Parts: sequence; C-alpha cells; structure tokens
Amino acid sequence: MSRVLLTGNGAAAWGARLAQVEYLPAFPITPQTEIIETVGAWIEDGEMECTMTTMDSEHSMFTAAGTAAATGVRVFTASSSQGVLYGMEMIYTVGGWRVPLVMVNVSRALSAPITLEPDHNDVLATRDSGFLQLHCSTCQEVLDTVILAYRLTEDKRVRLPVIVNLDGYYLSFTREPVEIPEPAAIASFLPPFDPEDIHIQATNPLSQGVAVLGGSQYSYFRYENHLASLEALAVYREISAEYGRLTGRDYGLVDEYWCDDAEIVLVMVGSFATKAKEAVNRLRRKGFAVGLVRPRLLRPFPGEALAESLGGKKGVAVIDQNLSVGKGGIIYSELASELYKRPDRPDVLTSYIGGLGGRDISLEDFHGIVSETKAALSSGTTPPPRLLYSHHELARIRGLQKIAETGYDRNGGKK
Amino acid sequence: MSALSMKPDHLLGSGTPACAGCGALEEIRIIYEILGEKTVFVNAAGCMTLLSVYPFTPFRGSWIYTAMASAPAGAQGVRDALDILLRKKRIGAEENVTVVVLTGDGSAYGMGLSSTSGAMDRNLDFIYICYDNEGYGNTGYQFSAATPHGVRTSTSTGEFGHSGYKKDLFSIWAAHDPSYVGTICGSEPGDLVKKIKKIKKMSGPRMLIGLAPCPTGWHFDPSRTIEVGKLGVATGTWPLKEYVNGSVCHTKYPKEKGKRPLVEEYLRCQRRFEHLFHPRRNEEMLSEIQAGVDKYWQAVDHDR
Repeated sequence: MSRVLLTGNGAAAWGARLAQVEYLPAFPITPQTEIIETVGAWIEDGEMECTMTTMDSEHSMFTAAGTAAATGVRVFTASSSQGVLYGMEMIYTVGGWRVPLVMVNVSRALSAPITLEPDHNDVLATRDSGFLQLHCSTCQEVLDTVILAYRLTEDKRVRLPVIVNLDGYYLSFTREPVEIPEPAAIASFLPPFDPEDIHIQATNPLSQGVAVLGGSQYSYFRYENHLASLEALAVYREISAEYGRLTGRDYGLVDEYWCDDAEIVLVMVGSFATKAKEAVNRLRRKGFAVGLVRPRLLRPFPGEALAESLGGKKGVAVIDQNLSVGKGGIIYSELASELYKRPDRPDVLTSYIGGLGGRDISLEDFHGIVSETKAALSSGTTPPPRLLYSHHELARIRGLQKIAETGYDRNGGKK
Repeated sequence: MSALSMKPDHLLGSGTPACAGCGALEEIRIIYEILGEKTVFVNAAGCMTLLSVYPFTPFRGSWIYTAMASAPAGAQGVRDALDILLRKKRIGAEENVTVVVLTGDGSAYGMGLSSTSGAMDRNLDFIYICYDNEGYGNTGYQFSAATPHGVRTSTSTGEFGHSGYKKDLFSIWAAHDPSYVGTICGSEPGDLVKKIKKIKKMSGPRMLIGLAPCPTGWHFDPSRTIEVGKLGVATGTWPLKEYVNGSVCHTKYPKEKGKRPLVEEYLRCQRRFEHLFHPRRNEEMLSEIQAGVDKYWQAVDHDR
C-alpha cells in the first residue's frame, strides 16, 4: 500500500487500472482528458493490458462502450459536459441495454455560455437514463469509487451502467494524498468480469437492443430498469461494507458530518461539500449546531438513508450546484419529495443554488445560509429559493460591461 | 454457386414486417445467405430496425440495434471486444463472428457519416451494407441526401420535386481508401453474389451501397421490384462498380449510348417521377437527368 499525491483525474485512472479494465473507447474533452492520457500512457508502457480506441465523438464513444460491454468485456470510459450531452442518446440507450460499464464524468458546466469550470448540470442531465450515479468529494474517494462501481455494475442484481462523478478543476486538477491499494487485494475484491449470459458469439446467437412495439412491452423493460436501480441500494451497502473491511474505507450511501446533535443540516454533493465541512467546523466554533449530509449516490436516490439522517432535524438547507431552469435546485426537489411523507420531517427546508460554472461558495455564503435557515425556524416562514451571488460580484460584472461599452472605437478614437 | 442454385431454405427467416416487394430485404437475404449465420448485424435506425422486434427475429445469427448515427461505432465496440476475448482465449476461434453494419441511406449519407468515416480511419474489420432507397423511407419517404434530383417525396411535393442532387457517397467512402467499396443491386444477383463472395475473403472496411427499390416510397407495384432495379442498372442510372486498391472499376456496363434504354424508361415506372411526365412532359428536367447519366458513362468509357 502506498500513499502518493494524485489529481482527481489521476485517481480515476488508478481506479480503472486496479479494476483491470479491458477496453477504453475514448474521446478527449476538458477537464477529463488527463484520465485517458494517463491510461493511454500506461498501455503504451506495457503497465496495463487494455485496448484503447479513440473514437470520432462521444456519441460514437458511448456506442462502442455499450456494444463492447454487450460483447462481454470490462469497459471503462470517461467524459465531461458537452461530451455527455453529445452522447446523451447513447447514454439512455446503453442504460436500457442493462450492460455493465463504468464512465467517469468530470463535471463541467454546460453551454451556453460555454465554459470550463464545474457544476452538476451535466451529470444530472443523465439522471433519468438508467445509469447509476456515484458522487465523489475527494481524490481518494474517486479511486475507491471506480473500483466499487465495477462491483456494483457487474452484480447480477443490478447490471446497470454506472457514472462516477468528480468535479472538474476543483478535484480533477487538485492533488491530494491518495492511498493506492495493493493490486492483489483489489483483484480479490473485484475478480475478472464474468459476463455469463452477456455475449455476442457464433454458436449462441443473441439479438440485443431490439425494438418493441406497444406500451406494454416498453413499460415492462423500463420498470425492470427502475427496479434494478432500486436494488442497487442494498447491493451497494454490501459491497461498500466489504470494501471497508478490505481498505478501512467504508463509504455509506450518505456521508454524515457532525450530524448527531445538529439542529440545522446542510445537504450537498461533490467536492464543494469539503468546503461545507470547513464551514461546519467554523460555525460549530461560533456555537451553531450545524452538520452536513452528503449523499454519495443520486441514482438510485438514497431516500431512506437521507430521511434517516435528516428526520427529526429542525432545519435542512439544500445547496444545489445545478439549476433546473424554471424550477430551481434538483436535489432540493428530490429531497422534498422524500421528506414530505415522513412524520418527523424537518420544520424548514431551504433551497440555495450555488457553485454554478465553478463560482466559489464562500464561508460567508455558508454562514448566510445557516443564519437564514435558523431565522426561518423562528419566524416560521421559509425564504424563497436563493441564487447565491454577492453585491461585489455584480459590481465586477457591471464594471466589465462598462469597460466593454467604452465610448472608444477600435482605433482609439471617440465614438 | 450461382444465385439461382442457392438453397431455398434461406438463412433469413420469412414473415418479417418489411413491406411487400422491399428491395432492401432482397439484398439482405442474398448477402446473409453468403456471409452465413456467424455474423452480427449492427443496425442503425431505419426500415430494417423493424426486422427484429421483441421477442422475434428473422436472423439465425446475432443482432444489435444501436442508434441512427453510430452503427459503425457499435461495430467498433463489438470487434474490439471480440478481439480482446479471442486474444485472452476467453472464447475460441469458432465463436468469432463477422461484424456487419446495416443502415439505410438516411444514416449512411447523413447522420452516420462521421462514425462511418471514423471506422474507416481506424481500418475497422467490418462490412457495411447501406440499403439505399433514396429517401427516409421508414418515416413516409421524405428526401434525404441520397435522393436524386427531381424526385417527389413527402417533403419535396412541388412541380419540380427535389431540388438537390444525390450525394456521391461511393466517392466519399472511396476517398478514405478502405479495403473495398462496391455498389450492388438485388435485381442483379450474379453481380451481387460475386461481390459478397469476394469481400468475404477480405479484411478491413468493406463498404456496400445497394440500390433498394422501394414500392411504398417510389410508388410502384411490389411485384415490379426486380424489374425496377434492372432498369436502374440497364439505363445506367445505377452504376455497378467497385473500388479496390485505389482504382474504380465497373462490374457491369450498360449498353452504349443510343442502344441502352433511356433513363425515362426507369423513371416512368415510378410514380415518384410522375410529375415529370404529367400533366405535361418536363422536357428540360428529363434531358438534364439523361444528360447527367450520359456524362457519367462518357467519362467511364473514356477511362476504359
């Protein structure tokens, strides 16, 4: 076992290496590219036995990933943002095929405006596709989660593709100390893929991905997908407990931080949740009874586990690093639907949108969120969903616009 | 083995949902007979997607439907995975299959061109069959990039039909220098059988474009499919040719100009060209179409 400094992308590549993936259809996109470059270099150097094929687009990439998985090899791939949207047709298609594969998504906000830094609208666009979603907040978690994801996707009770998500820039390019497990230990935890009935073979022909006619047949397969996805909650618990015994790192369905005696709990996913942890530390020192709950999975949605963590709390503040335009935060809505049916549901559930396109969520933001939620507890009035933005930021934008609108023409003459 | 002596119990089962007289199905039937059941058809959205409808299939071998744009990418994934399994001896050589992409012209000439180009770039070992009925047949026959000039389709209903011209997919594919590019027609089984037997022995990208007379889109009686295809070839409208080792050669020549039937013989038997004859004969367009065909063969004869 060794501890080295790895970027989030490097950790994802190590996860794939330890999982002994056999096939990597690839297409470069920032900020994911380092993953395929790293694996590609290992293949070149003979350190990894894997076939890597650079495709002509993400749409082709997800297609090849799906058909290779349908032929019976262990498949890994990675993408981001526009690439995920470009391949979206195949993400749904492969989700419906019930074939195992793991895709690492390095979150990056979506166009327009086109940009590079992260938020979760890309991965949440795949929310209803049938892919499972595991969300990471540290580089160590990225490595471990890729390995866990293979056990999950290949489990006969699940057999649904999995997305492992990490934030672009904040995690993809940030070096953290990561413990790289012994390959032999991982090989015992994750034996070579046994595709069983999944194959394309001459003597045992099979038709896959075939059309259905009529809603009854269609519904049958969609319901099967849904039920298999729900099954993954229990399977995940088994697998993560086993991984915990092996490595000492047992990742639950939700990660609780300073929750037991908390009155107000923040809910967040991804790397920004580490900022929330720091905010909890500071707020605790100031006497606020604050905690943090971070769902590790968004699909299947760990509703029971979240309700367990949040039941009986006074206030819950959801910070969504995504924006469903015309509605608001996606996790907020999903959590509300889960808590509503609970008699011990929190008195106040507040909604905040932040971190879009990599916008920082500052300690002041967290302080404001907790104060406002606390105030709502006393007033009994829940504030409307907030779009986090400071007066200072707005002033800067106005300043930039002013410079761009300056009264000089391109030759420096007055207009 | 001639086409006529092929056994009657075909590999492709009967009772498919394809339209009566489907020219594409005729081609696939003959091709499948030669390639055999050790194949996987990787299909893109099109008429033939409806051959395999859960839980039935007319194919004795394997099948996987992908999407409209990416069947060649699907073929890449299957081929790569099979090669991995063979290399690691997880499957024996007897389990290997030929990977065959099956798409219509809507995919091949348009949406699927990027993934097809990519597959040829990577020298993928596969066969591509484009059944070309010169329009989006499965959605009610709208014009596609494969639709010839003047055709009346559901989206070119005016006096002059389709204003565009058929894209030269053969040359676009050939520009990639794959192992093989050929045009075929189910009405010319001798030529078709020869070509399929030839490419069966080859490796790398082997690309086929098959004229697929379409009774429902072209509007002719289903009993006349073979005749329509034969006229397409005899009038010189559908050249039978192949590209191998950097050069193009024609595999069947129509009679010389003046002796071969006029293109209008071919057009007249399809109601998609009816507006060129009724209510008045559109001499200008008919001459333009005829001149295009004559010019093509003049260039071919010049090179012969």
